[in-house]
Amino acid sequence: MLETAVFLVFALLAVASALVVVLHRNPVYSTMSLVVTLVAIAALFVMLGAPFVASLQVLIYTGAIVVLFLFVVMLLNIGREEASQRGLPQKVTAGLGALAFFAFLATAYVRLYWGAPQAPLTEDFVSMRALALELFTDYLLTFELVGLLLLVAVIAATVLAAKPKHAPEPSGDGSEEVA
Amino acid sequence: MVPVTWYLLLAAVLFAIGTAGALTRRNGITIFLSIELMLNSVNLTLVAYSRLLEDRTGQIVVFFVLAVAAAEAAVGLALFIAVYRHRRTIDLNRINLLRW
Repeated sequence: MLETAVFLVFALLAVASALVVVLHRNPVYSTMSLVVTLVAIAALFVMLGAPFVASLQVLIYTGAIVVLFLFVVMLLNIGREEASQRGLPQKVTAGLGALAFFAFLATAYVRLYWGAPQAPLTEDFVSMRALALELFTDYLLTFELVGLLLLVAVIAATVLAAKPKHAPEPSGDGSEEVA
Repeated sequence: MVPVTWYLLLAAVLFAIGTAGALTRRNGITIFLSIELMLNSVNLTLVAYSRLLEDRTGQIVVFFVLAVAAAEAAVGLALFIAVYRHRRTIDLNRINLLRW
């Protein structure tokens, strides 16, 4: 009973803040609202027996990625989006498309899994030790490749965001991201 | 105990909201935020399936999704900075050189 209440609170929080992310005209508010969504989803991860994923979500997503977004929003000084004049048919089409996709998914989920038997959480399933063992044995190669991907992404980001060569100041080693 | 189906349905709702946002907004940053929202709803689906099937693989895939999302955000935002330097806007209706 209590678990259901907690789930409903975080689910409503996630949906409401997700709507703010999508609907608010000021990107700073959208970004901060995304933080609320991500933390609510992290709470749901804990309830699903994935506390380590939840902590990673809070650390990496809200701690690093969203801060990066905020930096760029403030760096580019993006103001409020003006109301569009010709966007209504596009909005209606996009809304209907999203709704149709949701209906498809919901039908599939309900038909497949409604009332499916659900084992209680075991200590072994939640344990971080078992998770780490699996990550660093079966998925070691993928893990290393993801590390390589992150390195490439960092290099790409610095190259893309570095000052162009013909800028008045010397371009340096590209470590300077400020426009 | 909360049925896993509820989590799956919640993830579908969030994904639909993110899709609608990515399709309707014109500010590049907000579209990016919508895509992050969609990625995260997929993460929720993966963790819910990991709970449903009693298999930790779903959680491990979430790590990789997180890492790829971080890489995507870094490169994407750097692209926005580069575009902004040339065009002084990231309104996607005005960045239409490659559109037909």
